[in-house]
Amino acid sequence: MITIEHIYVLIGLFLLVAALQTLSDRGNARRFSSAAFWSLLAIAFLAGDYLPADVMGALVIALAIIAGAGGLRGGSHPAPELVACRDGAARLGHWLLLPVLMISVLTLVLAVGLKHVEIGGKMLISAKQTTVVSLGASCTVAFCLALGITGERPLRAVHAGRRLLDAVGWAALLPLLLAVLGGIFARAGVGELVSRLLMDALPLGNQAVALLAYAFGMALFTMVMGNAFAAFPVISIGIGLPVLVGQHHADPAPLAALGMLAGYCGTLLTPMAANFNIVPAALLELRDQHAVIRAQSSTAVLLFCCNLALLFFLV
Amino acid sequence: MSWLPLAGIAVVILGFALRLNGALVVVSAGVVTGFAAGMNVHEILVAFGEGLRDNRFLALFLLTLPVLGTLENHGLREHAAGWIARRRTAGLFRVLLIYLGVRQLTAALGLVSLGGQAQTVRPLLAPMAEAAAERDCEDLSAQSREDLRAMSAATDNVGLFFGEDIFVAFGAVLLMQGVYANQGIALEPLEIALWGLPTAVCAFLIHAWRLARFSRRFRHERPAP
Repeated sequence: MITIEHIYVLIGLFLLVAALQTLSDRGNARRFSSAAFWSLLAIAFLAGDYLPADVMGALVIALAIIAGAGGLRGGSHPAPELVACRDGAARLGHWLLLPVLMISVLTLVLAVGLKHVEIGGKMLISAKQTTVVSLGASCTVAFCLALGITGERPLRAVHAGRRLLDAVGWAALLPLLLAVLGGIFARAGVGELVSRLLMDALPLGNQAVALLAYAFGMALFTMVMGNAFAAFPVISIGIGLPVLVGQHHADPAPLAALGMLAGYCGTLLTPMAANFNIVPAALLELRDQHAVIRAQSSTAVLLFCCNLALLFFLV
Repeated sequence: MSWLPLAGIAVVILGFALRLNGALVVVSAGVVTGFAAGMNVHEILVAFGEGLRDNRFLALFLLTLPVLGTLENHGLREHAAGWIARRRTAGLFRVLLIYLGVRQLTAALGLVSLGGQAQTVRPLLAPMAEAAAERDCEDLSAQSREDLRAMSAATDNVGLFFGEDIFVAFGAVLLMQGVYANQGIALEPLEIALWGLPTAVCAFLIHAWRLARFSRRFRHERPAP
């Protein structure tokens, strides 16, 4: 059975090789601390299931301190040579697209098609997190395919991956850290406090005020948590169900759907949704890490207004 | 009941507003919230450790990097750009609009993993958008290139978010059903999913309109002959 643990080992190995390459990269002004950062992250992937939780916690703090102190720098990567690229593009043509499309399509095929396939009584792909496991497996197949098509040696391919890894930098860690923070917020009861705050401060007996509080509550709380899924139960149990459904007899199905979508508008606006907003900015090598948020902010605000109008109209 | 745990939110907002290092801001906010909620050092470390261990799947995009890096060293981006540059009908607006539509439709059918920032935006959409803009405008400024890439990323996000919510088996729909069921209100997933449609249509129209305006900017940048 292919499980998520296998995929974590692959990520860990990639990070470990990249860390070793970083260590020997004299063009990196902070090669020791940078190598330490990537090796620690590699350990989290390779040994995360075996290390005690408090050791893992200390590892998180160490990663944040290295990143915060500016200890993580990019190495010296010769930019891909333009001549070689043009030559490769002319020679290989559409073959270059094959591994990229393979990642997407194979993930889909594996996730949907092999979900229930068993070999010798065992599931081929772990039922937990099928899509994630499929994506990991597809990347591995695509990697081999890319090596075959380009004739690149594996170690040089990892070098090429390290060029992108350095471009992403500490942003690679951010989605993980935000999920950790979300967990701590939940344990500390931050959600209940926020909905209490809203309920105490606003005259929710008025239906219009209650609807506004619901929509803005979803969007703002999503921006804080970076995730509409975390905001939805809190705001629904705080305002949506007791006040809007209970007192004002709102229709629950559109209320739920439009509330969640108000939250999605918030997701477009917050650096806390790092996987969608900060990582892409790093991946596209943008100087302004908030450039993606700025590009989608007008869409988010206009759409939030439309959504609000729909909420008033339909609920 | 104490309001102290909200201090973590203040740390987050302040940290991002001052543009401090994001990793440090988030970890500090976690430590502050943990102490405010009465956890001790060991409990905070355990919470961090377990959180990291259970959420490692969020860093899965790292596995795409060696694939993309290798292909880019052999001209992937040049090929994607050249393919667009050779097609006179593939203007900037049309490229982004088609991507938006396809992304939204496929996400609505549950085919969420067909696209993505690492899988399609960096290797394909961004270079295609740059190539399409280059045809209208000979020397793009560095800022224009940034704007083109950022808009490509934004288009993927908008298409994904406001497509997947219509898909019945999507996590969000099931989450909504679950939360309401816990409170004694039974809803059909299909019912919830269908109420996502009006907003999805609005999202497409609004973003399409913005893409049209955005693309026009590059037509004006063309120097007079």
